[in-house]
Amino acid sequence: MADSLKQRPGPMRLIDATQYRLPLAAKLSILHRASGMLMFVLLPFVIWMFDTSVSSEISFESFTSVLSSPLAKLVVLGLIWAYLHHFCAGVRHLWMDATHSVSKEQGRSSAVVSFAISLVLTVALAAKLFGLF
Amino acid sequence: MSHNYGSKRIVTGAHYGLRDWLVQRVTAVLMALFTVVLLAQVLFGGPLGYDRWAAIFSSQWMKSLTFVVIVSMAWHAWVGVRDIVMDYVTKSLGLRLALQVATIVWLVGCAGWAVQVLWRL
Repeated sequence: MADSLKQRPGPMRLIDATQYRLPLAAKLSILHRASGMLMFVLLPFVIWMFDTSVSSEISFESFTSVLSSPLAKLVVLGLIWAYLHHFCAGVRHLWMDATHSVSKEQGRSSAVVSFAISLVLTVALAAKLFGLF
Repeated sequence: MSHNYGSKRIVTGAHYGLRDWLVQRVTAVLMALFTVVLLAQVLFGGPLGYDRWAAIFSSQWMKSLTFVVIVSMAWHAWVGVRDIVMDYVTKSLGLRLALQVATIVWLVGCAGWAVQVLWRL
């Protein structure tokens, strides 16, 4: 028992993660965390948007005027990406749980699909947000 | 675990893994369904101005569903952020506890604000 305990590398530190060349599924996973953390930090901004957009016509005006600034749009774009990535990576987890799709190859291919869906939708919504169509 | 008593007792460890695992998935499904329901109402029904946007949240069933989603969001984020804190804050138990308390305060405060907005509509 004591010997096996000695060989353990100890708790992983955040800095250790930068030392590895991560496979795609691992990148998806760490971004799942990062996107969740981003939305957690920006939660008051999300609720502020909900508040001002829905409370009254006057507050709706201030909502649209704040959201017309490029900086606000950039923050919203960050939230859009975070939501889409977190959503896709989360559905991937549910799919893995439900169908026991946990082989290395399935992990890779589902990561590709998750990235593809979330990034394509992010680009499309970015174009919409900045008024390209 | 040989010193898990007295002042050495681990008070912030995970002893309820299955419940948290299940909670995170159930709340995720609720939020995903909410996303689909909200998106359907936004996309169909004509141009989206203040009136139609506010009307979406004024029906009682949508208010109740949104309330469930606000609670789900806070609970889901609690499980996730707590995982992050437990993974990366390993040196100081005091710091870990402080961050976990701050997380709860943050989430309860945000959820309260969101419910307040919802219930005065």
